[in-house]
Amino acid sequence: MAFPLKRSTKRRMGLFAVVIVTTAGARAAEQTVEQKDKTFVVNGAKVATLKVKVGDVISFKNMDPYFHNVFSLSDVKLFDLGSFPQGQSRPVTFDKAGKVEVECAIHPQMKLTVEVGK
Amino acid sequence: MTNGIRRSKLHRGAGNRIVALIAFLTVAALHGAIAQSPQTISKKKFQFPNQIPAPANNPVTPARVELGKMLFFDPRLSGSNWISCATCHNPAMGWSDGLPTAIGNGMTTLKRATPTIVNTVFNELQMWDGRFHSLEEQAVGPMQAPGEMNSTMDDILSKLKSMPGYVEGFDRAYPGEGITKDTVAKAVASFERTIISQGAPFDAWVHGKNRAISPSAQRGFDLFTGKANCVACHSGPNFTDEGFHNIGLGGDDPGRFAKLPIKISKGAFKTPTLRDVALTAPYMHNGAYRTLEEVIDHYDRGGDDRSNLDPSIHPLGLSVLEKKDLLQFLTTLSGKQVAISLPRLPQ
Repeated sequence: MAFPLKRSTKRRMGLFAVVIVTTAGARAAEQTVEQKDKTFVVNGAKVATLKVKVGDVISFKNMDPYFHNVFSLSDVKLFDLGSFPQGQSRPVTFDKAGKVEVECAIHPQMKLTVEVGK
Repeated sequence: MTNGIRRSKLHRGAGNRIVALIAFLTVAALHGAIAQSPQTISKKKFQFPNQIPAPANNPVTPARVELGKMLFFDPRLSGSNWISCATCHNPAMGWSDGLPTAIGNGMTTLKRATPTIVNTVFNELQMWDGRFHSLEEQAVGPMQAPGEMNSTMDDILSKLKSMPGYVEGFDRAYPGEGITKDTVAKAVASFERTIISQGAPFDAWVHGKNRAISPSAQRGFDLFTGKANCVACHSGPNFTDEGFHNIGLGGDDPGRFAKLPIKISKGAFKTPTLRDVALTAPYMHNGAYRTLEEVIDHYDRGGDDRSNLDPSIHPLGLSVLEKKDLLQFLTTLSGKQVAISLPRLPQ
């Protein structure tokens, strides 16, 4: 950085720390990933990586007062959920094992890696 | 809506009132699918950051800024020796060129407008279509683009190495790294990181000077963050969400879609900063509008080509006075004028 960071900035960067959430259980699980302040959030914390099992469903819910998109161009799971407003959610079933890069086509700063395990 | 339905189950005796409530909420939800309702935005969200970001491998130093400035103003970085970065990014014209769309090599008119470079240091992605991820990547793009400065990196490096002034300048700025594509990019990016629009009347107002902007401009801010909902995209201290939107201008330019083949990216372009917006006419990625009044009219109409229109955009129903208030607000975003001294270029 060219200039010293303020303490508040450091705190913010702390919140941006990578959080890995693992979904346990043999049966297909469903969980919600929120889109909030142009980040992907699970249980109030920003996530950069999320581990799920084959067959699990992630429901992407827009919490921001503007539209979001969710898409992936990954070979493992190709999808485009279009754009949807605050309060709406859209589900995606991760039916193949592998790594899925999830993004928002409107806001390029939003990135999430979903690691789909067997 | 969910809460409304739950409540209706709890109070079955409420009959007609509940039916009416559900109907109202359904209509509200359907409206929400078309247009997000604006929310009250705190002025604090627009406070200018007090640190300037730079990558770990290229912290800004005076020697780097000085070298980057020389490169920025040097027309010999073009194939014709006639076009510099500053030819299009002219500091006297808001670091843009005052043209609807840029004029490049051989006086060819290009498809897109020259964006200002003020506050590009804060950008998530660079260029109208976001094709560059950093200022360093962007800096050497136009130099080598046939339609723009029409040079080659080999030619640029060879010219720079032939001038002792540049050899010394690179040695001071990047000791031991030499004159390379990488150090050229890093030097230009370092200079661009110093081109910042701040200290606008709006900033004084945000910090509590209530008379720093006129009552009309203050009403304009309320419209900006409320009825007109400009803030859906022009958010934060740099007045951009760093996002890409199709705002209904039409034309055959695919914009972001050429880089990201997702449907909503078709005809979408990067949200520009509104800092210094009153200094950077004409407007839009294709220079369609000569004045800010025309821009406001465009959004008031809800755009023109609605084939892939961003769902945030819809007719606003602004009155003549409201349009004037919005315009007054936009003029408060012009930063303090900074004196730019021209470098003496090495021979």
